[in-house]
Amino acid sequence: MRLTPEEEGILRGERGEAVEEALRVQLGVGEFFGAQGFVGVSNVHMMGDVEVMGDGGLEFLRRVAGLGARCVVNTTTNARCFDFDYVERLNQDKETAEKEKELISLLQEIGVMTTDTCINYQSLYQPHLGEHVAWGDTGTVIYANSILGARSNFESGPVALATALTGRTPAYGFHLDERRKGKILVELEAEPKNLADWGAVGKLVGERHQNYYSVPVFAGVKGSPTADDLKHLGASLASYGSMGMFHMVGVTPEAQSVEDALGGEEPKETVTITDKDLDELYASYDTKGGSANLVVFSGPQLSLYELKTLSELLEGEKVKEGTSLIITTNRGYKSASEKLGYLRKIEEAGGIVLEGVCFYILDSIARLRVENGWDNLVTNSAKLANIIAAHKFNPILRRTEECIEVALTGRIEQL
Amino acid sequence: MSARETEETIRVERAAGDVVEGVALVSTEGFSPRYDLDRWTGEISRPGHAIEGENIKDKILFFPTAKGGIAAGWAFYDIKAKGIAPKALVFGVTNPVMVQGAVFAGITITEGWSRAPSEVVRTGDIVRVDPQGKKIEILRRG
Repeated sequence: MRLTPEEEGILRGERGEAVEEALRVQLGVGEFFGAQGFVGVSNVHMMGDVEVMGDGGLEFLRRVAGLGARCVVNTTTNARCFDFDYVERLNQDKETAEKEKELISLLQEIGVMTTDTCINYQSLYQPHLGEHVAWGDTGTVIYANSILGARSNFESGPVALATALTGRTPAYGFHLDERRKGKILVELEAEPKNLADWGAVGKLVGERHQNYYSVPVFAGVKGSPTADDLKHLGASLASYGSMGMFHMVGVTPEAQSVEDALGGEEPKETVTITDKDLDELYASYDTKGGSANLVVFSGPQLSLYELKTLSELLEGEKVKEGTSLIITTNRGYKSASEKLGYLRKIEEAGGIVLEGVCFYILDSIARLRVENGWDNLVTNSAKLANIIAAHKFNPILRRTEECIEVALTGRIEQL
Repeated sequence: MSARETEETIRVERAAGDVVEGVALVSTEGFSPRYDLDRWTGEISRPGHAIEGENIKDKILFFPTAKGGIAAGWAFYDIKAKGIAPKALVFGVTNPVMVQGAVFAGITITEGWSRAPSEVVRTGDIVRVDPQGKKIEILRRG
């Protein structure tokens, strides 16, 4: 890789041991991918919590903080595994909660803004077309690349932190024009009407094309999808397909036309998604007799608009006794929903709203499943339905209104 | 190039890390260090995984694809700290997270292969991964 005099200086240790080590890791990654050089970034979003980092990661952080390293660009954190106000109520592990608190304080010492949100693109920062950033959490990256036209690879925790310390990232993958061209054409004959429908589209496309660089191009989209619709589509594509980018003709900034999105090349494959495909997908979930004592809205965290919708559906209602309704959002939106009265309606109905977390990374989630007798997990998030299976839940994807109906009755119909 | 090398060498497209030798563990299914692995024992724990029940410690792992999201980046460092890391990860197709995680943890990693390892390498064979030479050699049949 070509290095600037400044980068050579960093490698000589001119900015300290931690920054030197950080750049060496980035150099290793860049050389692996054949990057020509580094590119400066304006914003970093990292995943850093004790569930994903483990004791090894925590020890690493102690060392970095001890060496006096500090972030040189604005750096925020993704959802974490504890909402400290709910540790007792959920019966999470108190010792791990203490580690999480230490980890947060170490991150703050380094200069990381512990915002604990996976919807930074809705609530914190919206980079512009062509802006280079380094974001962690697949859902944030696909949103940045696709809807905002910004440029980021999947930057996992350690290299996101490295980027925060060096202010640059190797120029490979989605930082380059070539990788951003569409590869697969998706004729969207279906008319998604619900967040769950958008996630279902993401599952259907993602599962069949599991490749970071697949870059599907959605054509024929009717109407104007909302930011929340696109959030669920992107999160699902990234989760099922490990994809880092998509285009939507007439909607996303690098897709004025199909030809524009494909960069003048022919698609490697064309697929069609119909309403029938969506119906079949919903019907494919086995409800195992129809008992349902867990409904979750999470993954990604909910926007204020999603919280408003749920509060309206729950107003004056009661969640069935023995059924848990769990919702996750970020600190800012929970606070706003309290001021706007949405939180009261949700809580009066018996729902729990957690802040700063995502359901699937909650500490002790596998144990909580057993202790609470949870099996079927009903959700409107296709992403959550994908990843929660690792913890031996039986996920069932349903539309938002149907999920609320399940919460109120404790029953789910087999379609 | 000798006949032996032609038969028992796999060329890889991209590679990073040190030269390592070890016992091969070949999977026909992809891998996520979070969702397929017990991160305390090193055992492939997800029910129904192609190499369920095998332990990855000190192995040279062959996987056609990488699965899972960004959280995998910290996982390799953590399993290395716990002493249960593999010696190398050999992927057909991988994603940046695996590469970032492996480089950060100091675990040898490669991507892309001249022919499918399942045709050439068997679990239990002793293999050498040479990132600088961009090749994998079978040293001894297991």
